[in-house]
Amino acid sequence: MTAIPLIAAGLSPDGSTRLISLHFPDILIIVLYFVAVLGIGFYLKRYANTSNDFFLAGREMSAWVAGLSFLSANLGALELMGWAAATYQYGILAAHFYWIAAFPAMVILALVMMPFYYISQTHSVPGYLRLRYGEATRALSGISFAFMTVLMSGINMYAMALVMEVVLGWNLHFSIWVSSITVAVYVALGGLFSAIFNEVLQFFLIWLGALVIPVLGMIEVGGWKGLVARVDERVHSTAYVHLWSTLGTFSGNPMGVHWTGIVFGLGGVIACGYWTTDFLVVQRAMAARDLRSAQLAPIIASYFKMIVPVIIILPGLLAIAVLPYKLVPATMVQTGQHSYNEVLPLMLARYCGPGLLGLGVTALIAGFMSGMAGNVSAFATVWTYDIYQPYIRKNESDAHYLRMGRWCTLLGVFISIATAYFVTEFRSIMDYMQALVSFFIAPLFGTVLLGMLWKRTTSKGGFWGLLTGTVSSILMYALVKVNPDWLRYIALSPNAKPMAEDLYRALWSCLLCVLVTVVVSLFTEPKPPEQLVGLVRGLTNIPREKNLPLVRRPIFWAAGVAILFGVIQWIFW
Amino acid sequence: MGHKGQMLPVWFFVGILLTAYGTVILLTGLIEWPHPPAVVLSQYHPAFWGGLILLGLGGFYAIRFRPRRN
Repeated sequence: MTAIPLIAAGLSPDGSTRLISLHFPDILIIVLYFVAVLGIGFYLKRYANTSNDFFLAGREMSAWVAGLSFLSANLGALELMGWAAATYQYGILAAHFYWIAAFPAMVILALVMMPFYYISQTHSVPGYLRLRYGEATRALSGISFAFMTVLMSGINMYAMALVMEVVLGWNLHFSIWVSSITVAVYVALGGLFSAIFNEVLQFFLIWLGALVIPVLGMIEVGGWKGLVARVDERVHSTAYVHLWSTLGTFSGNPMGVHWTGIVFGLGGVIACGYWTTDFLVVQRAMAARDLRSAQLAPIIASYFKMIVPVIIILPGLLAIAVLPYKLVPATMVQTGQHSYNEVLPLMLARYCGPGLLGLGVTALIAGFMSGMAGNVSAFATVWTYDIYQPYIRKNESDAHYLRMGRWCTLLGVFISIATAYFVTEFRSIMDYMQALVSFFIAPLFGTVLLGMLWKRTTSKGGFWGLLTGTVSSILMYALVKVNPDWLRYIALSPNAKPMAEDLYRALWSCLLCVLVTVVVSLFTEPKPPEQLVGLVRGLTNIPREKNLPLVRRPIFWAAGVAILFGVIQWIFW
Repeated sequence: MGHKGQMLPVWFFVGILLTAYGTVILLTGLIEWPHPPAVVLSQYHPAFWGGLILLGLGGFYAIRFRPRRN
């Protein structure tokens, strides 16, 4: 509630601060998009006839479809607007959230964890926790995931409505309701089929719509060298264009973070926690037709993740170089000024005339709606299978749970609408996401990983470790809010910025979760081995691929992305 | 599973939408060629070239993955 009045204060009552006006071709392109996504939803309804169809797309997706939707489910409002904004604020360091925060975790998911998810035939991450640890852990994870996912959905909606208000002058509330009802309709009709199809569509739109900015921007500045020179001229620092060389000290870079926070906090805990246990993305890989496709899906996504910075990070750097004015934090916007969050729309307005502008705006809308659809479809699955079925109405027919899935899709959207009106005072949208991730996802990663790799982990150990990790994260966050001096202890430096604080908080909460899990497990009784078959290393028959040609093995392509990652880090050192 | 016929591949829908977009943007680029809009680098006519690329890409996907009679 606090952010909307602040943002509205930066706009004149007649909406004259809108960045651009749409012309007929732009409006036609936007309308065609809504017609297409609704049409796809209506078309696919005939194929979503069972709960397996609705929640897991019948588990028949190819590796490419699963992989592109795996990536697109994450290419939402937070990615498009938030990371361009973060780049403007922190420089190329924001690219760490695409490189080290994606590739290792996606490969770990593919090679280490997906076999257990897929072979156990579970329908969700909380479902795996029920099999491995029991009902208490499943309930804790399921309820916290459901809570987090509708919050994230609300953030997506708010971010999109903000863009529409600034770019187009559309009423904030109109944008929220039109987009969310569209998502509600196509996800309620076709379930995960619909969400995945539209995510693949959105992948193309996002790339084609957003590519205009880096292409024309690099022409304007005269290539990478020209960009670096202009950024240096504007910010009087080369730290904005170096990925690792400024991370030796907390105060030597705009993010106020040490490389240990990036490697262990971000790459190790937050990234692995998100990509391996967030059911929103894992669900897409689980919808694949076989184990090999399920493993290839995140690996395919990781290749594209390596190049997504071209359309998100590069525009942020270009904005520093070419915009004739400075952007300010959202909470400090005054009349005539623009906030960090408006980077991408401002750059679209700079280069795009009629037609291309409509494509760019549609790409933003598509990105936001795919994020919302992903959250809603994941929420519907977890609610139906992990909360409603086990605790409210057991032993109902498949048709009953299918109906529940459709209804709670609508419920999830309406709850998201409510949360969209409760946006916080964070300095950028990504700070909000990072705090949420650290509360729930980081400890969950410890719980799931231990469950998959260590037979000795017990049900009580898993539950108490997860609970302790989650509560500790919330307490650390609250502590810094109440007394900012605590930042120097949690983030290891008085110079740490909020984003750095999130990284370290995630690291400590995960470590605490692991510690408590191990200690409690050592003093409690594990499940008998026959109950752990298919769930943990040493008791699971993972199919070997020795008979497959090398180029068809997931590990081959994982090695390829590792090499690509290394080359990129070296180039932008 | 109770499917009503073979499901059209997602690539077909991608092709249809990109073809529609390419047509709109290409036509826009042609119409505005004599008087480009007041944006940076408009002299390169990005709408024309962008529309052409979209039309080509969309056409490829729509034709390659069109429904066929078995």
